[in-house]
Amino acid sequence: MSHVVSPIREKLVTGGKSYHDVTHDICKQVEGEPTKEWKWAFGISCVVFAYGAYCLFYTWWQGIGVWGLNKTVGWAWDITNFVWWVGIGHAGTLISAVLLLFRQKWRTSINRSAEAMTIFAVLCAASFILAHMGRPWLAHWALPLPNTFGSLWVNFNSPLVWDVFAISTYLSVSLLFWYMGLVPDLATIRDRATTKASKFWYGLFSLGWTGSAKTWARYEYMSLILAGISTPLVLSVHTIVSMDFATSVIPGWHTTIFPPYFVAGAIFSGFAMVQTLLLITRVVFKLEDYITIEHIEMMNIVITITGSIVGIAYLTEFFIAWYSGVEYESYAFINRATGPYWWAYWMMMTCNVISPQLFWAKSIRTNLLVSFFLSIVVNVGMWFERFVIIVTSLHRDYIPSSWAMFSPTRYDIGDYIFSFGLFFTLFFLFAKFLPVVNMAEVKAVMKGVSTDYPGKKAKASKKTDE
Amino acid sequence: MENSNKRYWKGIEELTNEPSFVKNIHNEFGNMPTENDSKGESLVDGSATHRRDFLKMLGFGVAAVSLAACETPVKNTIPYLNKPEDVEPTIANWYASTYMDGGEYAAILVKTREGRPIKIEGNKSSSVSKGVLSGRAHASVLSLYDNEKLKGPQIGGKSADWAQLDKEFTAKLAAVAAKGGQIRIVSNSILSPTTKKVIAEFTAKYPTTQHVIYDANPAYGLTQAHGGVLPSIDFSQAKTMVSIGADFLGSWIAPTEFAAQWAITRKVGSAKDGKKTMSRHYQFESILSNTGANADYRSTYKPSQEGLVAVSLYNAVAKLTGVAALSGASIKVDHLEKAAKDLVASKGASLVVSGSNDPEVQKIVAATNNLVGAYGTTINTGLAVHYRQGNDMAMANFIKEAAAGSISSVIFYNANPVYNHPMGAALAAALPKITLSLATNDRADETASLCQFVAPDSHYLESWNDAEPKAGFYSLSQPTISTIFKTRQAQSSFLAWAGFASDFAAYLESNWEKNILKGGAVAWKNALHDGIFEPNAATVSSASPIVDVTASAAAISKSYTVNSTNLEIAVYEKVGLGTGSQANNPWLQEFPEPVSKACWDNYAAISQPTATKLNLKQGDLVEVGAKGYKVTLPVLVQPGQAPDTIAIAIGYGRTKAGKSADGVGVNAYPFISEINGACVGINTQGVTITPTGETKDIAQTQTHHTVMARQAVVQETVLGSFVKDPLSGRYNPQVSTAEGKKNATDISLWNGHKYNNHAWGMVIDLNTCTGCSACVISCSAENNVPVVGRQEVINRREMHWMRIDRYYSSDAEVEDLKGLEIASDNPEVIFQPMLCQHCNNAPCETVCPVLATTHSSEGLNQMTYNRCIGTRYCANNCPYKVRRFNWFRYFQTDDFDFHFNNDLGRMVINPEVTVRSRGVMEKCSMCVQRIQAGKLEAKKEKRRPIDGEIQMACAQSCPTNAITFGDMNDPSSEISKLLEVEKEGRAYHVIEEINVKPNVSYLMKVRNKDSKKEA
Repeated sequence: MSHVVSPIREKLVTGGKSYHDVTHDICKQVEGEPTKEWKWAFGISCVVFAYGAYCLFYTWWQGIGVWGLNKTVGWAWDITNFVWWVGIGHAGTLISAVLLLFRQKWRTSINRSAEAMTIFAVLCAASFILAHMGRPWLAHWALPLPNTFGSLWVNFNSPLVWDVFAISTYLSVSLLFWYMGLVPDLATIRDRATTKASKFWYGLFSLGWTGSAKTWARYEYMSLILAGISTPLVLSVHTIVSMDFATSVIPGWHTTIFPPYFVAGAIFSGFAMVQTLLLITRVVFKLEDYITIEHIEMMNIVITITGSIVGIAYLTEFFIAWYSGVEYESYAFINRATGPYWWAYWMMMTCNVISPQLFWAKSIRTNLLVSFFLSIVVNVGMWFERFVIIVTSLHRDYIPSSWAMFSPTRYDIGDYIFSFGLFFTLFFLFAKFLPVVNMAEVKAVMKGVSTDYPGKKAKASKKTDE
Repeated sequence: MENSNKRYWKGIEELTNEPSFVKNIHNEFGNMPTENDSKGESLVDGSATHRRDFLKMLGFGVAAVSLAACETPVKNTIPYLNKPEDVEPTIANWYASTYMDGGEYAAILVKTREGRPIKIEGNKSSSVSKGVLSGRAHASVLSLYDNEKLKGPQIGGKSADWAQLDKEFTAKLAAVAAKGGQIRIVSNSILSPTTKKVIAEFTAKYPTTQHVIYDANPAYGLTQAHGGVLPSIDFSQAKTMVSIGADFLGSWIAPTEFAAQWAITRKVGSAKDGKKTMSRHYQFESILSNTGANADYRSTYKPSQEGLVAVSLYNAVAKLTGVAALSGASIKVDHLEKAAKDLVASKGASLVVSGSNDPEVQKIVAATNNLVGAYGTTINTGLAVHYRQGNDMAMANFIKEAAAGSISSVIFYNANPVYNHPMGAALAAALPKITLSLATNDRADETASLCQFVAPDSHYLESWNDAEPKAGFYSLSQPTISTIFKTRQAQSSFLAWAGFASDFAAYLESNWEKNILKGGAVAWKNALHDGIFEPNAATVSSASPIVDVTASAAAISKSYTVNSTNLEIAVYEKVGLGTGSQANNPWLQEFPEPVSKACWDNYAAISQPTATKLNLKQGDLVEVGAKGYKVTLPVLVQPGQAPDTIAIAIGYGRTKAGKSADGVGVNAYPFISEINGACVGINTQGVTITPTGETKDIAQTQTHHTVMARQAVVQETVLGSFVKDPLSGRYNPQVSTAEGKKNATDISLWNGHKYNNHAWGMVIDLNTCTGCSACVISCSAENNVPVVGRQEVINRREMHWMRIDRYYSSDAEVEDLKGLEIASDNPEVIFQPMLCQHCNNAPCETVCPVLATTHSSEGLNQMTYNRCIGTRYCANNCPYKVRRFNWFRYFQTDDFDFHFNNDLGRMVINPEVTVRSRGVMEKCSMCVQRIQAGKLEAKKEKRRPIDGEIQMACAQSCPTNAITFGDMNDPSSEISKLLEVEKEGRAYHVIEEINVKPNVSYLMKVRNKDSKKEA
């Protein structure tokens, strides 16, 4: 598993950890009693989840009329939230698959939680697919199921059907990838388990892992294959989500730039969300040696690059709106920037385009507090990006008599809160019961530098002292 | 094979036929062991449970439990035990009848299904109403099923039966009559000659009876100017029409009839030899009325100037015709001189109308009409019109007498003056002084609730009646359902009280035989079948009333002022709700007013400059007061309104009409002033407006009012340019390609649809659409469109499949996008009916994940409600935004308490159209149920459907014939012929450049103006 790594590279795990230290550091979260911090955090997320669940139930019971939608604006927070969560879900696969293929070793200590986050985010997104339907109890009709109506089939022309395939594929592949990566670690916990219950459950889910060389070899092959399968998904999922808009006739939606723009935006927001969660996990679980400043910095660099791509996309849209000479298109963009929802547009521009540029300064991108704050700002901005695309395009399209405004109700907000409750409840359960760092892979990169380069060592030890 | 009698045996026992074997031969498996065996209990005595029994019981139990859980609520569908002879289930029966509401009239056909009236259509054989109906007439079928009507007679507010009421009432009436006490019957205009005869019978029995007639929307001034009767007005003969505040397309006297006439003069054709002349329509008014919105030239005056405008017009015309001008104040109004010039130029085909109820103003207008030769051409005094018979003086006199205590008994015959008369409050105070009071009103409304007796009249669809809207033109009303509640039609009541047999049907028939049919060629049954009886053509008289113009002008100069700086009130009638008589009809409450697009409320409409001056904005709650009467209502900023004028609509502010009406808006009747003895809807003195500091949203179905210079949406030109080049105002979007510019519709990714049989389509003429919105109600009634209520309209969720977009012009330049959002102070207005365009490249069809919306083989974009899962993607992707989503369950829930949450109200539902469930998308289906029915009918007769046989509800109900529906594959159909002429002319598709290829085409609007720049 070990690769030869240039001796001048920074160490990926600091603190002079031994293999045992790694196992111990990571497993103690799983094996020990829940900490007070965890109990508080989990409790709060359960309360949020319960409140959100009530709002969601009420929405389902009464009908989506409890939202602020109208005959002109048929999608607003529902699809905004959906796209937002799917976008967030991109980072996991990118980190585990694309970075694996590109042999970015630094990914090992963050990929586990990034993948978990992906799965939970996709589940949140899926909750909005269901919730936004007028008749969610018939959601299965969107699947190409055999039925007694003979030729009654789904509409393969509809981007929503593509969505169904894209999201479900993405969820299953991500889930598989995540779980397969967990198997060696689950076996480790199984082997260390002292109670009967944990022996049984971790034993069951570790699928009889023996740790033989053959098993490891298969594990490696499988990781590569799954990475190969997942890589196109990173591009395809948000491409397809973007086609919900791009294939329509609505000015502001009907834009060919959407696929790359959405993918970049998704990675942008996904990395920001990983950043947010890791900065918390790192402190709460005391994983500073595994998730180092270098990790944070790397993430910030990706955020800056994708944020800039997104910024270019925003400007391109405006240029094309003007250059095309299409009256409606021009109006849609002028209306975004100067119409009644100007504040949402400028919120998006500030958060997504301007704020990540701060990371050009090394002092800022290595500052934990600023990174944490900006990671949240980015996701606020990305939420507004989707809101701007969806609502400001719809609210003033072709026929001025139908122009209308959208304002959210308690249940728009409550159902959004539900997704946060779901996400954090799942994430805290994950953090408690499963190893948050991939022990096996971290161990593999620890000895990347077989003989420490003298100058490097001095630097590394200095860093450790900090 | 050879037959064999070989016998096989299964065992030695069978061969030997042992007794034990014989005994058990039918018990193949012997006695099955059970658990009980071990306990030694008997298996045969039934005391123990068999395993099989247990399984049976288990199976039964599971089945029973699951069946009980699956039980659906039982709906009572009761088949006919003895089928009535003329009722075929699922086949509609049509009856000719007559709709009357006060002075409103229409000859109608009533569609009944299994004995329930469900739809009203116009009776085209009537030469009076010509098959056109107002929105109110369409909506009246829902009023039939109003659960809040009285369910039987009442005495002193308590339920009684008819015998008791008759006994007590006639006893008291006899006592009053014996003492010589004054008896009054108060009613609105009565079109029915037989009803009048019944009232005469009653009067003969009680000679102190006097019949007082008043109208909530009177035309007393006009009748006074014409010697007590309304003359017949014919807009179709006019080349120049000038209206001084008469909303003749929306609310004045007989708007649908006038609209149909007006439209005849407004049709133009684009082809080489097509008609390229139009009437010219000038409108002078204080509010922006539906009629003003359709005028070629429009300018405003303050209500206090109304009489002087009439005088000024007279003077301008007089100057041109060499008649002495009137002395006194003359005022300057834009376009007035021009109007006079045109009137004189088209002498003999000119018409001036005034909406004022002031007799003096009407006299000046009559004199003007005389100068321009209107009598005998556009106005016929030889044909008396009965729409308005009210006598404002007599009514005022009655209220004064009642207040003085000199009236002993009063019968309100379907009249509600406590609510809809300016002196209603005085009457309410006087009513307790009247010894005996009775109302025949259908509910315990503002007036009836103050009466001792209520003898509720039946709904017109439950009653016999007749009508004589114009002298010598008759029509009949017949019951289309037996009385729903224990009501009795008022005529029968009058007959009963007058001592006759209370059988009005027989009375009506004998009266017709004797006095109307007179044993002529038409039998009673035929007249009843046709619904109309028009024995003679109308006589034409060019006699004009003799007017003392000098005296009138003198009177006018006393009542009106040249330039008052006062704040003034203009009271007007809305197109939808009218006088408020059907205020408890949710269809009418949700009817968007054509111009303001507001529903479920009335409001203080003021112009933007006035709002700016008073520091008010839309939605501010203000207290408006005059004559000591104060109301609180929200401000609506209305472009095109006269300065310093507050317009308030009547018909709202009901307090005892029912759930849909009570508390909606405020009552504006008390603001009406008495001028020269008549009730004139203006108030020019001491008007106050005070902000309350609070706000209230106004439910508007359209909140953006300008078209943003989008020529692809509405296209228009002026007649001058149109005559030179029929394509002058047309906007032809083109796209640049490698091979040069091409029409946007020439390039497509799609192969298109082939229509081998029918290709249904529609053409809407923007030139004749007045925005009256009768189609909106007709569509709602036909297609079970739910009413969503005030808050949901504010939430922009009204469900109307047909909406009428109304755009104001803006003064801004095309590049000034912010400026374009602001309407001109006196805007040009254009109406555009907008419904599903049934696109051939439908954006909704491609995006539906479940194929719930698909294209039919006849060009319809069809919705499969059952398949819809409600993603709303189709609605988002609809460029016309015509799709409607069922946000809630609109039927059967008390959250939407608009008649459809009770069994009675639901009787109006058209059984041929699915009632949509929550979470489902819906939209215009081009009345596919009518298309299917028409095709079936044709198929039964082994022929093609005949053009015009299948009609969409909207097209059928359009008073101006602006909507043409038909089969575009049939070269002889009206639509094909129209498109043949117009496809290189006025016809266009809305936002053609996105190439969705709609099946609905629009014909460009042509304004009869000299140039585009004129205001």
